[in-house]
Amino acid sequence: MFNFTRKKAGAKARRSTTGNFFIFCIVALLGLFSAFPLYFAVVTAFKPLDELLYFPPRLVVLRPTWTNFTDLYQLASNMWVPLSRYLFNTVFIAVAGTGLHVLFAAMAAYPLAKHKFPGRNIIFSIILMALMFVPQVTFIPQFIMMAELGMVDSYAALLLPWIGSSLGLFLMKQFIEQLPDAILEAARIDGSSEYRTFFSIVWPNSVPALMTVVIFQFVNLWNYAPKELVYSESNKVFRMALEQIVAGDPIARMGAGAAASVILMIPPIIVFVLLQRKVVETMTFAGIK
Amino acid sequence: MKGSKIRTLGKYKESYLLMAPYMIFFLMFTILPVVLSIVLGFTYYNMIEPPRFIGWYNYIRLFLDDDIFIIALKNTLFFALVTGPISYILSFFVAWMINDLSRTMRSIATSVFYIPTVVGAAVFPMWRLIFSPDEYGYLNGLLMGMGFINEPVAWLLDKEYVLVILILVQLWMSLGISFLAFVAGLQTVDRSMYEAGVMDGIKNRFQELWYITLPSMIPQLIFGAVMQIVVSFSVADVSIQLAGFPSTEYAGETMVTHIMDYGSIRYEMGYASAMAVVLFFLMVFTNRVVTKLLNKVGI
Repeated sequence: MFNFTRKKAGAKARRSTTGNFFIFCIVALLGLFSAFPLYFAVVTAFKPLDELLYFPPRLVVLRPTWTNFTDLYQLASNMWVPLSRYLFNTVFIAVAGTGLHVLFAAMAAYPLAKHKFPGRNIIFSIILMALMFVPQVTFIPQFIMMAELGMVDSYAALLLPWIGSSLGLFLMKQFIEQLPDAILEAARIDGSSEYRTFFSIVWPNSVPALMTVVIFQFVNLWNYAPKELVYSESNKVFRMALEQIVAGDPIARMGAGAAASVILMIPPIIVFVLLQRKVVETMTFAGIK
Repeated sequence: MKGSKIRTLGKYKESYLLMAPYMIFFLMFTILPVVLSIVLGFTYYNMIEPPRFIGWYNYIRLFLDDDIFIIALKNTLFFALVTGPISYILSFFVAWMINDLSRTMRSIATSVFYIPTVVGAAVFPMWRLIFSPDEYGYLNGLLMGMGFINEPVAWLLDKEYVLVILILVQLWMSLGISFLAFVAGLQTVDRSMYEAGVMDGIKNRFQELWYITLPSMIPQLIFGAVMQIVVSFSVADVSIQLAGFPSTEYAGETMVTHIMDYGSIRYEMGYASAMAVVLFFLMVFTNRVVTKLLNKVGI
């Protein structure tokens, strides 16, 4: 017994100490490069004016202050439309776009993964190809369609295209595919309809995948700011508003700009850190065969 | 025969109904736009008059009569060929290097490397500050302080530097979803395969990587490649935010910014659509090639 465990622990090929040390150094360097701009944003956001303009620039803050955040708030309250309106727009679009996408994509993923209806292979290969047709590359025809439908400059223009995005469906389908058929059969024998099977069995068993799709979709929508689709101030999103404030005078508003960056960074980071385990669990099944 | 077909469809009524809501949005806002750009690519269309069929004219104009498109195409391919592979390989190696860490350390490392992807868009002002053209810019301040340069350099306005800086920033924020797929995929490689590998004479971690780990991760590798292709061909935000739109002498122009120029400023929708079609084909073609290559891994 003892021998067996020992053998298992040493199952992998030998790791040399030099190699380990070398790898550690590379990871640490890359990690620093990765984290530096974020650190830099936070430090800058808390610098008082004299430290912001200090030459040569310093990488630490000596007397941290909230001034930049209050400045940002001041600048924002001078705008035509209150900042809360922009924030509401972003939250509304992010929540509605995420919620509807997750629900619809999961509903569609279940039959694609578990039913053998005619046409499923074709549909799935179209979806695979559509993984590449993200809004960043289809925005011109999308804009034309929105214009034809009279939806330009509305929530619909920002929201609707994301509901049918293909990454979420793909991840859900891959995840549901590996759920054991036995639990589905049990429900069917009890006479449950496919809709009920979906909501009572598939949905609760797919929580990691659902959470993963929530993260990707929420982050995408939170960062989304397509200037061609909305132009009235009252329809613009939070990120656009903050960018407008900062764009006024990049140097004088350097501190406020950093404060805006920090505020925009917080929600995606929180969402990702909280749900990270689920993501890794889901991505296990994300391969394309 | 026909009757039985209808009966099969009827049998799967519930499947189709479950798919219907998603499919409506998917067809309307993902598939239809692609089809629409293929059609409009053969027309002149300014959104006021109805589209007018002009055959291959847009494509001829793109390649023979639009110098800036050629710059945009070159930049996009340069971006894709540099950031695509580097970021793909980097995301695999980072995932591979952190794979031996303990669970908690691995989670922390995953966050550190993935967070730039989720917050990248918010941090552009910081990069502008780092590369700012006056001595308040951190890079200028640093280099002047150390005596490397005497005068501030306008990093983002200078044709010599802008593309390199854009690539650097793009790399910073593009480990992306492929990285997560690799982190997850590495965890699933069957442990007994490693054991068998040791028996078969695998000596070090690199042999193990090439003969065991990579071949058993091909599905994740292909998925990661698709995600990376999307990111590296659709580069635009980083260029607009750092180099400006339009950038100095179009040094930072990419296909997507060129599409924006014609689509959302000049309203030459037919021409912009033709460009989008070229971009789609480039992406689909690259995807084909990469998938073929990845299926050869470990042989």
